[in-house]
Amino acid sequence: MVKLREIAHSRTGDKGNTSNISVIAYDARHYPALLAQVTSARVKAHFAELVGGEVVRYELPNISALNFVMDQTLGGGVTRSLALDAHGKALSSALLDLEIDIAPDDDDGRKP
Amino acid sequence: MRSIRIGSGAGYSGDRIEPALELAEKGDIQYLVFECLGERTVALAQQARLKDPDGGFDPLLEARMHAVLPACAAKGIKIVTNMGAANPWAGARKIAEIARSMGLPKLKIAAVVGDDVLDACKNRDLPLIEIDGTIKTLGNRIVSANAYLGAEPIARALRGGADVVITGRASDPALFLAPMIDAFGWAMDDWEILGRGTVAGHLLECAGQITGGYFADPGYKDVEGLARLGFPIGEVSEDGSLVVTKVAGSGGAVTARTCKEQLLYEVHDPRKYLQPDVVADFSQVSVEEIGPDRVRVAGGGGTARPETLKVSVGYVDSYIGEGQISYAGPGAVARGRLALEIVRERLQFTGVRASELRFDLIGVDSLHGERLSAGHDPYEVRVRVTGRTENLVEAVRIGNEVETLYTNGPAGGGGAFKSARDVVAVASVLLPRELVTPSVRFVEA
Repeated sequence: MVKLREIAHSRTGDKGNTSNISVIAYDARHYPALLAQVTSARVKAHFAELVGGEVVRYELPNISALNFVMDQTLGGGVTRSLALDAHGKALSSALLDLEIDIAPDDDDGRKP
Repeated sequence: MRSIRIGSGAGYSGDRIEPALELAEKGDIQYLVFECLGERTVALAQQARLKDPDGGFDPLLEARMHAVLPACAAKGIKIVTNMGAANPWAGARKIAEIARSMGLPKLKIAAVVGDDVLDACKNRDLPLIEIDGTIKTLGNRIVSANAYLGAEPIARALRGGADVVITGRASDPALFLAPMIDAFGWAMDDWEILGRGTVAGHLLECAGQITGGYFADPGYKDVEGLARLGFPIGEVSEDGSLVVTKVAGSGGAVTARTCKEQLLYEVHDPRKYLQPDVVADFSQVSVEEIGPDRVRVAGGGGTARPETLKVSVGYVDSYIGEGQISYAGPGAVARGRLALEIVRERLQFTGVRASELRFDLIGVDSLHGERLSAGHDPYEVRVRVTGRTENLVEAVRIGNEVETLYTNGPAGGGGAFKSARDVVAVASVLLPRELVTPSVRFVEA
């Protein structure tokens, strides 16, 4: 098991009350592990207290990336949220804490 | 094949200023774009305009223009910006005044107006698209309504000879798409090429976010020189192909990774990136490093533009009161939690009317809550209590109840801070595009 942070990088964006988080494999050969293990259900469970709506996942095989769109996540909207991080900028770092199962001999592609 | 170089001089209203000057002086660019308008900025600017009919444009407009106008005028670099906020025409006249004062006559400034659709919206009870309700439910709390304009009126201004084009609400990628339309004469119904141009605009619009800003993670994604981060340059060819780069010797880095992160920034369905001019398709985009700080981006596409334009509706939503105080050393977390309990009880006991309250321990659980934050005790914590109220008087009481912890709360509370403010929030509606008629006005320096 490795942290998602070891095999992928991530960025959060915001629009209204919706947050999107990209998860991008450092190496294309870890993209299948992302596809299999970083599901929308798992992301929703990871952020259970924060996400009020649906989590939809989009797949971008060309750049070995997933894009998670999380509805009703930003405290009613960036412009009115009471949250310290109203934009949800720090959510990407929280997602990289997920644990991922990769083959033991498949660790030389970890990190950049 | 013909190509142009477009510099991105700002990624938000308060962005650093000198990287734009570096682009103008050393970037070998033909266009310099400043994207400075956040979701609610127009609403706040509208309030400023109500106080001063000649105000309502970006507060940093003068500083940015003072910095770059001489270099841009000398090199013939055309400037495109949405710093007009709620009053692009006043912004245009201000730029003309600055140009004259700097001895730069004959500059032609164009204002794109017509994004203000408050009347059209008030006359129709349009549904709000992100929250429940309609325009009517916002009643007299509405401050502003501005449609996201596309690239066409900006390109028209450039074709009319403008050296500087200043808009109010316009789609961010459109600020970049317009120079491409101006330079290459792209047809406004060539969805494929408009989609490619939108990919370029989207990648460039946040300035430093594609050159290594909002990216560094020591040991994983190291970036050199963030204190003097270079802003990006897009080399766009007539066929819409793109190379992203930056000024040699500036800080930061343009890599496949920085480009991938920015490609998905604020994107929902990558096949349907809705714009006023096109529905862009990012799903087949690929990136390739072709040299140091040079990344080729290919594969963008597009389909027919939407029949409606997105409109940001600014409205007075509520008031927010807040207070903070710090605790340190052994037992800091326990004293912080005690402080939160005390304030919670006080707000109830003294009858502060709040529709929503939040109790955070900064350094412990303020960002993502207790479960994700579980771990070791930090050396210091900062208590934060914030709440939503219907008026300023109630909002002030929230911060007061944190401040009084000084003499009434746990041991060793320091650095109390309090604030209370009104909240202008933004909702969105979709307006049929035929109800929006942008036009261009010129002023000469």
